Amino acid sequence: MITLEKRPQPSQVWSMASPLVAVLLTMIAGAGLFAALGQDPIEALAKIFWEPLFGEFSFFYRPQLLIKGAPLVLIAIGLSLGFRAGIWNIGAEGQYIIGALSGAAVALALYPSEARWLVFPLMVIAGAFGGFAWAMIPGILRVKFKTNEILVSLMLVYVAEQLLASMALGAMRNPDGQGFPGSRNMAQMDAATSWINQSAGMHWGVVAAFIAVIFAYVLLARHVLGFQIKLAGQAPRAAAFSGTNPARLILFCLGTSGALAGMAGMFEISGPSGIVSIDFNVGYGFTAIIVAFLGRLHPVGILLAAGLMALTYIGGDVAQSSLGLPGAAIQVFQGMLLFFLLAVDVLTNYRFRFGTKGVA
Amino acid sequence: MDFGSINPILLMASLMVAATPIVLAAIGELVVERAGVLNLGVEGMMIVGSVLGFVAAIHSESAWVGFLVAAVSGAGLALVFGLLTQYLLTNQVATGLALTLFGLGLAALLGQGYLGTKAPSFPDLHIPLLGDIPVIGPIVFQHDPMVYIGLAIVAGVWWFLNKTRGGLVLRAVGENHEAAHALGYHVIRTRLLAIMFGGAVAGLGGAYLSIVRVPTYAEGLTAGAGWIALAIVVFASWKPGRLVIGAYLFGGVTVLQLNLQAAGVAIPVEYLSMSPYIATILVLVIMSAGSAPGSLGKTFHASR
Repeated sequence: MITLEKRPQPSQVWSMASPLVAVLLTMIAGAGLFAALGQDPIEALAKIFWEPLFGEFSFFYRPQLLIKGAPLVLIAIGLSLGFRAGIWNIGAEGQYIIGALSGAAVALALYPSEARWLVFPLMVIAGAFGGFAWAMIPGILRVKFKTNEILVSLMLVYVAEQLLASMALGAMRNPDGQGFPGSRNMAQMDAATSWINQSAGMHWGVVAAFIAVIFAYVLLARHVLGFQIKLAGQAPRAAAFSGTNPARLILFCLGTSGALAGMAGMFEISGPSGIVSIDFNVGYGFTAIIVAFLGRLHPVGILLAAGLMALTYIGGDVAQSSLGLPGAAIQVFQGMLLFFLLAVDVLTNYRFRFGTKGVA
Repeated sequence: MDFGSINPILLMASLMVAATPIVLAAIGELVVERAGVLNLGVEGMMIVGSVLGFVAAIHSESAWVGFLVAAVSGAGLALVFGLLTQYLLTNQVATGLALTLFGLGLAALLGQGYLGTKAPSFPDLHIPLLGDIPVIGPIVFQHDPMVYIGLAIVAGVWWFLNKTRGGLVLRAVGENHEAAHALGYHVIRTRLLAIMFGGAVAGLGGAYLSIVRVPTYAEGLTAGAGWIALAIVVFASWKPGRLVIGAYLFGGVTVLQLNLQAAGVAIPVEYLSMSPYIATILVLVIMSAGSAPGSLGKTFHASR
């Protein structure tokens, strides 16, 4: 008879080890998946995890790690604050889109201004505010009407996608584009581009991502608000008695994650993406949920987890072009990773007992 | 703009068809939530059901086989969720999200070879006498069998929850799992069965989308229907009767905006397409007062 027994304290060892075990299990299961798709599993894994870092064309792929990782870090850091407090913002994809549209609106409205000192900071503010405002909709509805923030934030993703389509085909369409959908290319505007060094993969979003990691680390380790966030998640009653204001906490967590997601979208649209187009969003907002959990909701963990997820995106592209591995296989792979992580995580809080149960 | 092209009878008739996938997915989730479990994986189970059901229907040339396969695959995915949340005590919100993300990927992977393929036909019933009633006949009594099966499942769930001992146990487990456990009921077994029922019905809902409603395979064809089903459960205050009203209201909004698009209203298509989602949010705001099952979303671990 195998039973689970609650540990007196969460295991430090398993807290660190479970993401690694989960990654390992996912690789094994992934190898099975690739074999089922008719690929050589070892070769497929090598293409995904080795080729981008150390292969022949790694000089091209390594900068991609920064490009793909930055939005994941920015979004996941914001989400992790809420997840710790039991506030589930799963509509980061929508906030990302609205942030991008707000930033783009500023850039396109001020075109062809050359004043970078004015245009770019305004874009950052607009992007952050756009995401913040979009996240405030579920936030205020939750605080005022006790509406479920999970469902509202998710519904707003679909609304944001329609808004993006409407902008790409209508208001923000490039007037010199011969009627093709999509806006002017902001990456090529000196006043609006978020690129610092394109060939190195450096843009302002990467800088912002590192700042967000430090900000979140200090908040959680040193600030009373960080303490309240952790307390509200672990012991809601104790949090209430200690004077935590739940409404303020909800608005802070949703607002911060919205602003960070909005900024991620803004940096993306004025750099790596460049134009407002229908297929601008590629699911970073949802992958960031996996990143947040894989990083144990810890800022440094998130940084590492985002690196790994960025690698699977890039490696997936490599495997797609060289082996013909379907792109969706990587999505399955990422989903499996979260499953395994959650399953292995049981060992952090519980331990297995083998042998017969004592007399009850 | 040409409102004359909108036929009110056809509009009302297609409302029932548009609502059926939501009715199916929502009634499954209602049972799961009444057992005290929050499964956010409805969208994932639906889309996998839509793909596998479609593929099975194509190869067997029978829509019924498709529905069967969809139900089994939905229940199978739900079982993964059940084992994780009930035996490995994982967080239900996170596990449900994982199920949805995994399901979306799996569906995209499995469905690639079938993009644009057409489903085998699934003819409408023509119920004698009832179907011949003017106006009401074509609106209510001339649909395909799944529309009525969906309603029958709702009626069955109502009967089970309110009139049977099993339903009472299920509700007890959902309201207070500690007390139900102390009384000797099998909390985990009850919940696993509820979760698998929810998955099977969600799979059916997905297959209804791909085999009947669309009926061509396209990627991401559930487009949030699973999430809307979750919202409808809240709207219904966890009561089967109100669930049907909610789903039909939603179906009405969907069909109306599609008809307005076709009629060429001055409102851009994108803004009309938003309307079902905005309507869902409004419904959630108005109906957030209902009382959820007491143990909803909480992890149960029997400590001796």
